[in-house]
Amino acid sequence: MKNTISHRVADFLKNFPPFNFLHPKDLEKLSEQISILYKDKDAVVFTENEKTHDSFYVVHKGAIALKKNQKNDTLDMCDEGDIFGLRPLLAQENYIMEARAHEESILYAIPIAVFKPYALENRNIGNFLIESYASNTRNPYSDIHKDKLYGDDIHDPLQSNSHSLDLQPIKYSKKIVTCSPSTTARDIAKLMTKKKVGAVLIVDEMLPIGIITDKDLRNKIVTGDFPILTTAETIMTKPVITYPKKMTVTEAQMAMMKSNISYLCLTKDGTKNTKAVGILSKHDVMVALGNNPAVLIKALKRAKKVKDIKPIRARIMQLLQGYLDQNIPMTLISKIITELNEACTTRVIEMSLDKMSSPPPVKFAWLALGSQGRSEQMLHTDQDNAIVYENVTDVFREETKIYFQKFASLVNKGLFEIGYDYCPAEMMASNPKWCLSLNEWKEQVHYWITNPGKNEVLLSFIFFDYNLTYGDSEIVNQLSDSIFESIKANPIFYVHLVSGALQSPSPTGFFRQFLVEQDGANKDNFDIKRRALMPLTDAARVLILSHSVKSISNTAERFEKLAELEPNNRELYLSCSYSFKALLKFRTKQGLLHNDSGQFIALESLSKMEKIKLKRTFKTIKELQELISVRFNIANVV
Amino acid sequence: MSIFSFWKKEEDLFDENITIEETRFVVLDTETTGFDYDNDRILCIGALVLQNSVISVQNSFEVYLQQDHYDKSTAQIHGILKDFIIKRPSELEALQQFLDFVGDSVIIAHHTIFDVTMINKALERNNLPQLTNPRLDTAHLYKKTLIKSHLFERKDHYTLDDLADKFDISKKDRHTALGDAYITAIAFLKIVKKLKDKKEINLNQLFK
Repeated sequence: MKNTISHRVADFLKNFPPFNFLHPKDLEKLSEQISILYKDKDAVVFTENEKTHDSFYVVHKGAIALKKNQKNDTLDMCDEGDIFGLRPLLAQENYIMEARAHEESILYAIPIAVFKPYALENRNIGNFLIESYASNTRNPYSDIHKDKLYGDDIHDPLQSNSHSLDLQPIKYSKKIVTCSPSTTARDIAKLMTKKKVGAVLIVDEMLPIGIITDKDLRNKIVTGDFPILTTAETIMTKPVITYPKKMTVTEAQMAMMKSNISYLCLTKDGTKNTKAVGILSKHDVMVALGNNPAVLIKALKRAKKVKDIKPIRARIMQLLQGYLDQNIPMTLISKIITELNEACTTRVIEMSLDKMSSPPPVKFAWLALGSQGRSEQMLHTDQDNAIVYENVTDVFREETKIYFQKFASLVNKGLFEIGYDYCPAEMMASNPKWCLSLNEWKEQVHYWITNPGKNEVLLSFIFFDYNLTYGDSEIVNQLSDSIFESIKANPIFYVHLVSGALQSPSPTGFFRQFLVEQDGANKDNFDIKRRALMPLTDAARVLILSHSVKSISNTAERFEKLAELEPNNRELYLSCSYSFKALLKFRTKQGLLHNDSGQFIALESLSKMEKIKLKRTFKTIKELQELISVRFNIANVV
Repeated sequence: MSIFSFWKKEEDLFDENITIEETRFVVLDTETTGFDYDNDRILCIGALVLQNSVISVQNSFEVYLQQDHYDKSTAQIHGILKDFIIKRPSELEALQQFLDFVGDSVIIAHHTIFDVTMINKALERNNLPQLTNPRLDTAHLYKKTLIKSHLFERKDHYTLDDLADKFDISKKDRHTALGDAYITAIAFLKIVKKLKDKKEINLNQLFK
């Protein structure tokens, strides 16, 4: 029966091969017979050697990891629009891989009995399937064929780190920027700026006859050798060096080295007598060669849509894993990763600004709060953020507020799309309470400091770790100054901050055993965030505020600064800094292992050595808590 | 033992061995001419079956009813025009089909009380038995997933749009009965997951 849901399904499927080859009517009919499956993160779709189901699957939302041999080796990652579990159905054998939800996913299950007639009837579909699987028959797990199921153009970023680079097909840009031989140099430069490319292909009746790169413009026009209105024909580099589109990374690299060029033109059959299908730049080769911060930053700058950022985030996580594996110092790792994460956020903010119908009415600052503000956030966690904008006169108050709230909603949604969950307590800039003018913030903070109830202290905890992500630093400076003034005038506030800081639950029980969660999905796991990291963070904040130190929000750095300021407690502070980094590393590793925030640790998965290391940090935490409870004792303040 | 029965809480609806997954849920939504239980009429009923976290497209229910009462002002919302005809059964026929479809399943909707009351009023007019199925409301269940904190003000009412935004569900077919039922179903699945993350729960606890 045709209905609203089948429409919805068809509307989605029509964008992906092989369903795009189906006649809309057939697609409708097919869509009426599918089932929609919801899978929790880590839920199994099918296991290795399991008898085949009567349907194959298309990922509608989320991601499915295909694994083999319990080795936890992810062979392939399917995301939106990808098909899996079809080959075993056609070959009539058991599943040879395990499919497991990498994140919360929605799948469409398509009965093979319904689909098969179309595959037999429709030649395009048949060809697509044959091409997908023929290459796979000998060794379905070889790296070369991994991407084949989805055509040549989709390149899974998770694989770019794989070891057999020389065999990997390279991803090239399919959006070729072209112009005719009679275009002037000036127009070409404009075109290149507009499209953000470094090379334009000159085509004559669809065939590539020359190429103009940044270098050509510099060497021929800017030098004054040719006037700016010279036509492309005269200054282009010719003939174009062409290659077939099926190139591996190594081949591309060799080709560029051989001819000493930075761009390759890819044509249908590899000669210049066929249509150009893509352009391959040195940058593309660099990207394929691996993840390094510079490449990722460049990729971010090139991202045009929020959707483009998500795969880059995945690669940042990969980079993080690599750093941890190589045992690079945590201080360095967290700096680089934070920098990259911030670059992602900044890009989302820039894109959101572009989406607004007008530029911001006044200067503003986008603040990262909580762990992000402390530059300690490395994994996908919740977003905590706020906006502070310049004071405006009463006339413009409403208007300005509305503008920034709308802008904040765009950013929050964008951040959600790239993998930062919404804050469960809605501490986000899109919440009207967290999107205020400078004076409103000053009043707000002053209120917290002068009326320190339990909530106010908690709010200050989150807010006082802010860090400027984007925008005007002067506004933030003024806010910081105002906070320090208020605190100085109200020393009693420290007492509340300290009692708040001492409230984190104890990590160990009476017999020095780990205290674990009693209920819920994390039953019997150790909460490393609340029981170990938070006490350190909270204490560092109180101490650093008492020294009126501005603009250090990272916990480890705060302890290092404290060691400098209080030489007699130097040893304790340094050990706090060390413990914090060790714990953070612990959490990060756990998070990467389970693709979550790493907050909860299954103790049985730890080695004896790791447990000892963990417990050692607890001793430091205890000493630190004693220090602050003595120092900020109410008796000392009043 | 009688002394203990004092402590015994209200009777559980289901055998404690029945899991949430294996339960047959019917997720439904209605489009109506308005919000008046007595004067307004149902224009469309959309419903789907949710079992083992699977929704079968084939096994879903979408019926536009023949009605004399029509209110122009709500047409803007649901987009159902009076003369918009695709095989439109009478109210009686539609309700009979619907009763067959629901069976003894657990009913889920967003603001369930409205849809169920609307349907029950129609059943009454047609001398059909009332719906007595156990019911769940995603508007109510969603509130259970929210953190309890003084820092965070809950709203009194969460609309289906709020849920779709929070859970990143496409609002493409908003305000068609079956489209809304689909959004409700996905929201329900995500709510159950959230509740499970907090605390192991069973079917009976969903009703408390």
